[in-house]
Amino acid sequence: MPILNEEEAKRILQKVISLSQADECEANLNGSENGNIRYARNAVSTAGSQSNTSLVVQASFGKKLGVSTINEFDDASLEKVVRRAEELARLAPENPEFVSILGPQAYDSSNSFKQNTVEITADYRKDVAQSSITPAAANDLTAAGYFVDSNNFAAMMNSKGVFAYNQSTGLNFTVTMRSNDGSGSGWVMRDYSDVSKFSASEASQIAIDKALQSRNPQAIEPGKYTVILEPAASIDMLEQMFFNMGAREADEGRSFLSGKGGATKLGEKLFDERINLYSDPLHPEVPTATWAGDGFPLKRTQWIENGVVKNMTYTRYWAENKGVPYVPFPSNIIMEGGSASLEDMIKDTKKGILVTRMWYIREVDPQTVLYTGLTRDGTFYIENGQIKFPIKNMRFNESTVVMLNNIEAIGKQERVQGEAEISCLIPTLKVRDFTFTSLSDSI
Amino acid sequence: MKDNFSDFMRLKRRDFLRWGGVGLGGLMLPIPAWATPVSAEALLDPRLDVRQKKQLADVALNAAKSKGASYADVRIGRYLNQFVVTREDKVENIVNTESYGVGIRVIVNGTWGFASTNDVTQEGIAKAAYNAAAIAQANSKIQKEPVKLVPTPSLGEVSWKTPIEKNAFEVPISEKVDLLLTANARAMENGANYVNSLLFLVNEQKYFASTDGSYVDQDIHRIWPICRVTAIDTESGQFKTRNEFSAPMGMGYEYLDGRASSKIQTPAGVTVYRNHYDIIEDATNGAKQVKEVLKAKSVQPGKYDLVLDPSHLWLTIHESVGHPLELDRVLGYEANFAGTSFATLDKWQSKSFQYGSKEVTLFADKIQPNSLGGVGYDDEGVQTKRWDLVKDGVLVNYQAIRDQAHIINEPESHGCCYAQSWNDVQFQRMPNVSLAPGKTPYSVEEMIKDVEKGIYIIGDGSFSIDQQRYNFQFGGQLFFEIKEGKIAGMLRDVSYQSNTQEFWNSCAKICDESDYRLGGSFFDGKGQPSQSSAVSHGSSTTRFNQVNVINTARKI
Repeated sequence: MPILNEEEAKRILQKVISLSQADECEANLNGSENGNIRYARNAVSTAGSQSNTSLVVQASFGKKLGVSTINEFDDASLEKVVRRAEELARLAPENPEFVSILGPQAYDSSNSFKQNTVEITADYRKDVAQSSITPAAANDLTAAGYFVDSNNFAAMMNSKGVFAYNQSTGLNFTVTMRSNDGSGSGWVMRDYSDVSKFSASEASQIAIDKALQSRNPQAIEPGKYTVILEPAASIDMLEQMFFNMGAREADEGRSFLSGKGGATKLGEKLFDERINLYSDPLHPEVPTATWAGDGFPLKRTQWIENGVVKNMTYTRYWAENKGVPYVPFPSNIIMEGGSASLEDMIKDTKKGILVTRMWYIREVDPQTVLYTGLTRDGTFYIENGQIKFPIKNMRFNESTVVMLNNIEAIGKQERVQGEAEISCLIPTLKVRDFTFTSLSDSI
Repeated sequence: MKDNFSDFMRLKRRDFLRWGGVGLGGLMLPIPAWATPVSAEALLDPRLDVRQKKQLADVALNAAKSKGASYADVRIGRYLNQFVVTREDKVENIVNTESYGVGIRVIVNGTWGFASTNDVTQEGIAKAAYNAAAIAQANSKIQKEPVKLVPTPSLGEVSWKTPIEKNAFEVPISEKVDLLLTANARAMENGANYVNSLLFLVNEQKYFASTDGSYVDQDIHRIWPICRVTAIDTESGQFKTRNEFSAPMGMGYEYLDGRASSKIQTPAGVTVYRNHYDIIEDATNGAKQVKEVLKAKSVQPGKYDLVLDPSHLWLTIHESVGHPLELDRVLGYEANFAGTSFATLDKWQSKSFQYGSKEVTLFADKIQPNSLGGVGYDDEGVQTKRWDLVKDGVLVNYQAIRDQAHIINEPESHGCCYAQSWNDVQFQRMPNVSLAPGKTPYSVEEMIKDVEKGIYIIGDGSFSIDQQRYNFQFGGQLFFEIKEGKIAGMLRDVSYQSNTQEFWNSCAKICDESDYRLGGSFFDGKGQPSQSSAVSHGSSTTRFNQVNVINTARKI
C-alpha cells in the first residue's frame, strides 16, 4: 500500500484529525515506491526496490508542540500516534517562535505525475544497464552506472481545514565510462519525470565519447581561465549558494546577503544582468507538488531578476516577525537559458576549458559563498573554436557570486540534479576568469 | 549554519520532504531518510526478546534455503535517534525517531539478492526472503563471476553492547535542555551574537543471523554534541563561526560529564578534549575565540610546516587514507559515485609503495574503545579486529569483507561490513582508520618548539578531495602562526592543498600516545542509493613539512 490515491489518503487523514484533542493538529502522509539497478565493472552489481509509507502527526497546546509518527494504519494505531504527539506536546517547553497552523488554501493542480514512469519494470532496468555495458565493452571501456525510478505521493491535512494531495514520478540515471588503460573517463546524467524522454543508449554514447576523447590528458598551468560549464558542472555551486539565501541569516548578519549595519542585499544588483533565477512548480520540465509541507501554496517565485536579488526564503516565524509575506523554500530551481548549443558555445571560444562536471564541492567561506571542488570525467582545452586536447583535472576555489558576475554567454537549459537531489533546470554557462588553484592526477 | 555542519553527505531533498511541515529549526539536520519520529517512552520499550528474534531469524534463513540459497543472512534492526535542538535561549525542537524492520540477503546461483520489509511477522519475513532469492535468481542470468565468501567461524549465540556508563536515551529531556541552554547562555555572555547547539543520540539494536550458524545480538550507542558560536563585526559586516571541539563518540551520556582528566591545554592556550567533553566550557571559549578570529591576521600564502591537532587531522586521515584503501573503490565498484582509488592493487603487490614517510603507520580497527566503529561483530557476523593498512610508510593492506577478501589473498574478512539500517543492504564500509602515535616521548610543546615557520591548526573545517584521492584541500577552525618555535598569534583565511602521497611523505614527527585522541563523523557517505556510516579516526598531534597554504579571503 505505499501509494494511496487522494480518497484513501483523505480518509486516513480525516480520521487522524477527528481523533485530535489538541488545540491544533497537522498530519502529513507520504509514500514511495522506488526501483533501482546498479552496475560496475561491466556487470550488474546490485538491484532492488524500496517502499514505505509513513504518517507524521504534529499536535500543539498553546506554544507547546509534539511530533510522532507511525507506519501502521488501523484505527488503534492512528489513535496511538495522535495520543503520543499530544503527550509530547504537553511535556515540551514553550517555544516563543511557535507559529499557528495555516487556514484553508487554494492550490494549482500539479503535473508532476507521469503514468509512463510508473510502468517501468525490472526488465526495463536491466535493459538500461545493458545499453551501457554492451557498447562500453565494444569500445574497450568499463561502465559503472545507476538508474533509479520512483513513484511517490504526499498528502497533508490540518485541523483548520487544509487538505492537499500530490502524486509525482521521477527517474535519475548516471553512468561513468572509464577506459580500460585507466587514462580516460566520461560521464553523463539524465533526470526526468517522464521516462518517455529517456534513452539509455543516447546518454551512454555521450559518456563513451567523452571517455574516448579524454584519454591521456595533458597538464596545463592552474590559474584563471574562461570555462564552459555544462549544467552538471555548475549545479552544486548554484544550489549551495541558494541554500544560503535564507532571510533570517541575512537579517542576522551571517550570510553573503547580509549588508552592513543590519541591512540585507535584497534589491541590490549582485550578479550579471543576464542572470535570472526562479522556482516554478508548474514548469513542464521540472514539475513538482504545488504546496509546501505545511500546506502553503507553492507558486512561481523570482529569486534573482536581471542580476538583482528579488526574494529570500523565509520560515513562517521569521516572516511574521518581520511583517513580510512568507516565502517558503521552493521545490525546484530554474535558471533562464539561451538558445546557443554547446557546440555553438565552443565555436565562439578563442581559448577556454570545457567542464563536464564538478566533484566534492564544499563551502570554504560562507561570507563570500566561496567553494572548492574539482573537475571530473571529461575536461578539455578549447582553442580557436575547437576542442584541442583533454586536460588533467584541476581544483578550483571560486565564489558563486563571482562566477555569476563573470558571465560571457548563457546556453541551453538541461534538467540536472545536484548533490541535494533536487531536480533543477540549469543552462550551460560560459564564465571568464574562473579560478583554478592546483592540478590533480585523478582520472 | 546548515552548510557548516560537518557532514560528508550533504542534506538530500528527501530529508526536507520527509519532515513536511515539521520544522527542525535553523539547523537543517541531515536526518537519515529512513528514520521517523516516535515518542520518548516508546524508545525504551523493547520490541522483541532474543528468543523471539532467533525464531524470526530462522524463518528467514529457512525460507531462503528453501528457494535454493547457498548462503543467507538476516538482520532484525531497531534504529533509534534523538535530537534536542536549541539556539540562544530557545529550544527549537525535540525529535525522537525510530525505524524497525528486517533485511535479508541471500546467495542463489552464486549471485547476491537483497530484500527488506517492515512487516516483522513470520509471513512478512518469509515473503522478503523469497523476494531476495527471486532477485538473486534473476540477476544470476547475467552474472559473470560467482560470489566467493571466505569462511568465517560459526559464532553460536553471542551478544555485544557498547560499554556505556549512562544510557543517554534514559536521561530526562529537561536535563539535556538545561545543559544546552546553559552552554548557549555562556556563549552569549562572552560576546557571541548567535549560538546553535544540539545533541544527537543514536542507538542501533540489531540482531544478526546467518546460515553459518551465527546469532549475534548487539546494542550500539553513539553520541554527538554540537555547539556553533557565531560572532559578527557589524562595522565591517564580517562574520565567523567557531565549531565545537567535541567529537562524535561511541559512548553514552558520560561523554558530557566534562571530567577534568580528559581536558588538554594546548600550547596555543586552547582547551581540547579527549574522552569526555565540557560543552559549557567549550561554548565559553568558543565565544572568546571567535571574536579573536575576526581580528586575526589574514594568512600570507606559501609553504609552511603544519602542526595538526587530532581534532583536525582525523578528517585528513579519513579522506586521504580511509577512502583510498576501501577495496570496493580500488576494484571499481564505486566508479560512478564516490570514485576509484590511486592506491591500485599493483602498488600493494609491489610491497614497496611508499604511502608515507617511515614515521607513518596507519591502522584500521573496529575495536577501539569509545570509537564510532567499535562493535563486537560486523553486519555479516564477523568478529571485529585491528590490522595495519600502512606499516612504517609502506602500503600493506586494504579494507575487505567476506566477498572481497579472496581478491587480496586474505584468509578471513576484516570485519568491516555495515548497513545504515535494516532497510539497506550491508557492504564494505570504512572501519576506524587511525595514525599510530610516535613511539618515543614527544609533546606538542616540543613539536612547536622545533618549528621555524609554521601553522598550528585546531579543529576541522572545509574539506574536499578528488575521486581518486590524490588532490585535497582542508580548512580548520583555529589557526596559529608559529615563528621560530613560538606561537605568534592567530591567523585566518587558511586552507592547505596537497597530494596524498606527497603529504604523508612530508610527515616529519608524531607526538606520543599521551596526546592520542579520536575525531569522527556520523555521515560518511558511499553507495547508490547512498548510505551513511559513522567512523572515528585517532591520532596524536603531527607535523608535516613544507605544505602549500592558500589564502581563502575573497571580495564579492
